[in-house]
Amino acid sequence: MSTSETTTEDHEDHEHPSDQKYMQIALLLAVITAAEVATYFVHIGAALIPTLMVMMVVKFFIVAAWFMHLRFDSKMFTRFFVAGIVLAVSVYFIFLTVFEFWTKG
Amino acid sequence: MSEETTTEEQRPLGVYTRPKGGNGWRDWVTTVDHKKIGILYGAAALFFFIIGGIEALLIRLQLATPNGTVLGADMYNQVFTMHGVTMIFLAAMPLAAAFANYLIPLQIGARDVAFPRLNAMSFWVFLAGGIFINLSWLLGGAPDGGWFGYAPNSGVVFSPSVGMDFYAIGLQITGIASLVSAINLTVTILNMRAPGMTLFKMPVLTWMLFVVQLLLVFAMPVIAVALFLLMFSRQFGANFFNTEMGADPLLWQHLFWIFGHPEVYILILPSFGIISEVIPTFSRKPIFGYEFMVFSGIAIGFMGWGVWAHHMFASGIGPLSVAAFSLSTMFIAVPTGVKILNWLATMWGGRIKFSAPMLFAIGVMSMFTIGGLSGVTHALSPADTQQTDTYYIVAHFHYVIFGGIIFGLFAGFFFWWPKVFGHMLDEKMGKINFWVMLIGFNMTFGPMHVLGLQGMSRRIDTYSPGFGFEAWNMVATIGAFVIALSVLIFLINVIVSAKRAKGQPPCGPDPWDARSLEWITPNPTPEHNFDEVPTVESLDEFWHRKWGTDEEGQIVRVATAEEVCQDGTATGVHLPSPSYWPLIFAIGLPFLGLGLIFNLWLTLPGAILIVTSLYAWIFEPVDDPDGPHGEHHADEKEVSEEASDV
Amino acid sequence: MSEETTTGLSHNKLAMWVFLGSECLLFGALISTYLLYRNKFYDGPAPGDIFDIPFTSVSSFVLLMSSLTMVLALSALQKGDIRNNRLWLLTTALLGAVFIGGQVYEFTTFIREGLGYTTSPFSSAFFTLTGFHGVHVSLGIVMLMSLLISSYRGKLTEKNTETVEIIGLYWHFVDVVWIIIFTVIYLVPNPTS
Repeated sequence: MSTSETTTEDHEDHEHPSDQKYMQIALLLAVITAAEVATYFVHIGAALIPTLMVMMVVKFFIVAAWFMHLRFDSKMFTRFFVAGIVLAVSVYFIFLTVFEFWTKG
Repeated sequence: MSEETTTEEQRPLGVYTRPKGGNGWRDWVTTVDHKKIGILYGAAALFFFIIGGIEALLIRLQLATPNGTVLGADMYNQVFTMHGVTMIFLAAMPLAAAFANYLIPLQIGARDVAFPRLNAMSFWVFLAGGIFINLSWLLGGAPDGGWFGYAPNSGVVFSPSVGMDFYAIGLQITGIASLVSAINLTVTILNMRAPGMTLFKMPVLTWMLFVVQLLLVFAMPVIAVALFLLMFSRQFGANFFNTEMGADPLLWQHLFWIFGHPEVYILILPSFGIISEVIPTFSRKPIFGYEFMVFSGIAIGFMGWGVWAHHMFASGIGPLSVAAFSLSTMFIAVPTGVKILNWLATMWGGRIKFSAPMLFAIGVMSMFTIGGLSGVTHALSPADTQQTDTYYIVAHFHYVIFGGIIFGLFAGFFFWWPKVFGHMLDEKMGKINFWVMLIGFNMTFGPMHVLGLQGMSRRIDTYSPGFGFEAWNMVATIGAFVIALSVLIFLINVIVSAKRAKGQPPCGPDPWDARSLEWITPNPTPEHNFDEVPTVESLDEFWHRKWGTDEEGQIVRVATAEEVCQDGTATGVHLPSPSYWPLIFAIGLPFLGLGLIFNLWLTLPGAILIVTSLYAWIFEPVDDPDGPHGEHHADEKEVSEEASDV
Repeated sequence: MSEETTTGLSHNKLAMWVFLGSECLLFGALISTYLLYRNKFYDGPAPGDIFDIPFTSVSSFVLLMSSLTMVLALSALQKGDIRNNRLWLLTTALLGAVFIGGQVYEFTTFIREGLGYTTSPFSSAFFTLTGFHGVHVSLGIVMLMSLLISSYRGKLTEKNTETVEIIGLYWHFVDVVWIIIFTVIYLVPNPTS
């Protein structure tokens, strides 16, 4: 937490990406989405769920980092968002484990 | 207000003009001042505390003798449910909010919170929710499924009255208040510290309240979902807890306790913070191991997320889960132990002054420790299987909640009363208050350990003679009335002290030789808080401005409190203007609730009030140069059209 | 707010991020509830019987692209380009509306096919989760339209980029939640009856 004391560290005057960059990112997102949807039609067996999860996380990360500017903005924002995500994932992972979700589905 | 002669044209042109302050009730309902909101929180919470106390007395009357007839079984369910709901959500949490609102800005050297109007909204929404839940007494019966509302008992089948609807919607409303307030105070603590006030120069109370706000931010949405599931099940026939269709009622228990265990620390940490201010002041020593204090508070907050299923050892969650949660529960005793140790070490070798706040603080240390120890006995799951759902559990959580929280809050009342109202509470009555409360408390809840181990179940409305429950139940009931007497002494103290102080000059700047920043302002705190925002150089800034060391390392006074304290006469301090809209927004919410329960048409006025107030809020001029804050600033005209603070 | 803050960050933006952190726990609870009940479909249709993956893929794509238009709206305003700012705000709101329209269509189709709100634990959990998300999107549309109106009243200028940015954060968050819902609820192979 103490790093938050450095007042103007990477704040406000950062360069936002160009519109062109945004479009490239959107294109990338579209391609990943197409790949995700493709798994519905093309059977890839046991690799399916891990593949889907990886693509989901990548998309999530890209939107958060670029469109939500976390890449360029203060670490404080990232900290709050990551705290929420990590807490949610770990708590609900344990929650589902107690319900034996992973073994009995 | 009326002597203001400025005409409309000179005021900033917004869609809506803002109310002006002044004195009287209108000032209180439109206020955005964190201090007034803190006082409002305190007054409303004390009111609910008394209601919850009366409910407790009814419970104890019913249980005083075997086959009690004071309350019927149905009424008993309602009363013990509302006792829990009222004490947790309408008394303990808002009392902590009262301290948080009043003291956080002062302790970090700010003039107000980050979002003053949202702060007012939090209070009014809390009050609306509290009144809404209690309306159920008049509109078809109070909630009767316990404060924990376990499914499927909370469903329509087992609880057909509208009580649990009021529970689900009412707690949702107070939840909004808690969440908004938590976000507001989080931003305040991070963003509005005085120059030099780094995070690790903040007083322990502010630190503990900061941890509480973070816990609220992350825990409130969980109870929100649980309450939505309950509400949808009851209102729209959703099947979240319908076992006939394969649903699992344990879903509720998990969601409730994922929220509920952080909630335990939401309740206790403010009290820990309060006594961490009181004990050093009256031991005349700095707090022992400040960093340990802070980090153990953070650790408690963090670990509080990993122990929820220890409330569910008897619900059949499986041996692996039980073992894991048993272990994590034992670990969480460690940071709490660290705190107790640090308070003891703070007192060690100090020149202790046993004033009323200090007595209550020592009460917390001793009584909470008893409750903590019985808590560790539940962590051992084989023992817990025997204890669960008996009075042993009731004894345990009252030792931590009453012994830990209520004693702590009373320590806070006595300590900061001069700060808030400018006069002291009567010291002698305060000491009597403490001893009566301590005796009554132990008489009430001490015997419950025995009753529980003898096998008396909790939540039952009566018991038969011949199990050996009679004597201890009678003692507990007498104890409950002794507690009531102690609260009465407090209320009399409040009135007598206020009467005595009338016409007298304020109590002076530093009645306790205190340590932290809030005491730099005069007592009572002026509307603008600080004449000049101080630059902070050390932890216990106020103390260090009064005391220094000479060549031999002896502590010597370098300045009197009068020299250090500001005189509160600054003029031209720019403060946010009052607003009607937080109150109007809050009034809309109970209508939504009543509409969902009784007649959907009632949601219409609710929705109109909410939407109108939100848009009016946004388009309200950001400030009013003719505002109510004394001598005003003709030079501050940088008024923009739209309020930027949401 | 123009005043200096301790961290140098604006109150409003920090508050929005704290709020989004909080929302993670809200949607986490709803998604977990759904996962717990995805094969508790009682006598009603199972998720695998009823989900229309191609249809949902299209509406998911629409929502994803609305994030692009949102960020372009912000970028236009930062350059002082009011006209493009309005254009992209309107496009974002429209894409959001298309998504909501798709959801309404999906819901009515499901109900016609025998999956009502009270049919099974699965149906209750499904409608609650996607319904909550839909309400979030709808609130986002209301906020975008409010921005648009204040823009036409001449009040949305370069000085207010932060307002647009904050509403954008909310919008992207809602999009990000759908990225998870689309994968976890729709694409992961679903039980059939």
